[in-house]
Amino acid sequence: MASDKVKDVSDADFESIISSDTPCLVDFWAPWCGPCKAIGPVVEALADEYDGKVSIVKMNVDDNPATPGKFGIRAIPTLILFKSGEKVDQVTGAVGKAQLIELIEKAL
Amino acid sequence: MANTHHNLIILGGGPAGLTAGLYAARARMDHLLIEKGAEGGQILLTDWIDNYPGFPDGISGFELAEKILAQAKRFDLNSMFANVTSIELSETVKRLELDNGDSLSCDCLIICTGARPRPLGVPGEKELTGKGVSYCATCDAPFYRNMHVAVVGGGNTAIQEAAHLTKFADKVTVIHRRDELRATKILQEKAFANPKIDFIWNTTVTEIIGTDGVEKLQLLNRDQTTSELSVDGIFVLIGVLPNNDMLPLDVLKADEGGFIPTDQETRTVVPGVMAAGDIRSKEVRQVINAAGEGATAVLAAEQYLTNLS
Repeated sequence: MASDKVKDVSDADFESIISSDTPCLVDFWAPWCGPCKAIGPVVEALADEYDGKVSIVKMNVDDNPATPGKFGIRAIPTLILFKSGEKVDQVTGAVGKAQLIELIEKAL
Repeated sequence: MANTHHNLIILGGGPAGLTAGLYAARARMDHLLIEKGAEGGQILLTDWIDNYPGFPDGISGFELAEKILAQAKRFDLNSMFANVTSIELSETVKRLELDNGDSLSCDCLIICTGARPRPLGVPGEKELTGKGVSYCATCDAPFYRNMHVAVVGGGNTAIQEAAHLTKFADKVTVIHRRDELRATKILQEKAFANPKIDFIWNTTVTEIIGTDGVEKLQLLNRDQTTSELSVDGIFVLIGVLPNNDMLPLDVLKADEGGFIPTDQETRTVVPGVMAAGDIRSKEVRQVINAAGEGATAVLAAEQYLTNLS
């Protein structure tokens, strides 16, 4: 589910991305996770709809173990919403678009 | 939006829907397959499928989904991603409302919306989902390296995924409400022989306890004794619930569990509406059945459409 809109972030650039002025939704995923693939098109569509208002990025938990560990992530897909570097809320599992919109709106 | 009416709409892109799509595309029918997430459905939750014919070494759920999709695409499968919120069924026309406000219609509808893992429904479960409570061992097993996890359930999924979890976890405790497993013999034999798996029989989980993550489970034995079990995670694999939110259940005469009854040819009580795969009211929910029913449903649809014209 590669998309130009949904940029990959790593442990190294994570802090700088979430502490930007624009709220940020991070999709924690891995290649072996079916539900992560299932939620991909929804996340991409939201990245389009919220372009400029919320930056939507994804992090591969296989390649980047530090950040998922820091946030106690034990299941994927997990999507965490950040505002000014602080965690606002999170959802886990292949939830629907409505539930993700509800999450994103908490930062707007 | 392009064409909003089709002869045939297939709702759902799991093994039943994809197989229906393959048959419909190959038969050059005017068709559309609607999927809400990714093609594959529940098989994406499965680590390994050992009993789908044609794959002597087994195949991952993920790869099987990709292969069926590729096969359907070879015949120009027409598909879209959309979320159907409600369906209106009449003998002549079937109308589907989408969450973006659009609507689609068809002469013939094949319902392949499938099922999803059933939750335990105990205190702490919702709060700790994603923080130690999981419904997908394939997805989340790697987070439990060298830890102790519980698996709730005694069916094929529970026992197969318990074995998968031992690749990462140090110890896997299967908690089952009966005194024997329902899982197929070969899976049982493997589980009993696995030194990392132990069993707690005749027991249910009554509460999941933890603050930032799962810490322990409250257990209730059939003899009414209670106990606690310290674990780092719990995998709930106790069967499925139907994905039927968008379906007119009264019209389709859904069974007590919310599944859709059909005849042998997958025809529901509404003319021109078929149901295939896990959403069907039935005993056996296997990938091979779902695929077979998807094919049956298209043949029934073809017959229905021929009689219409």
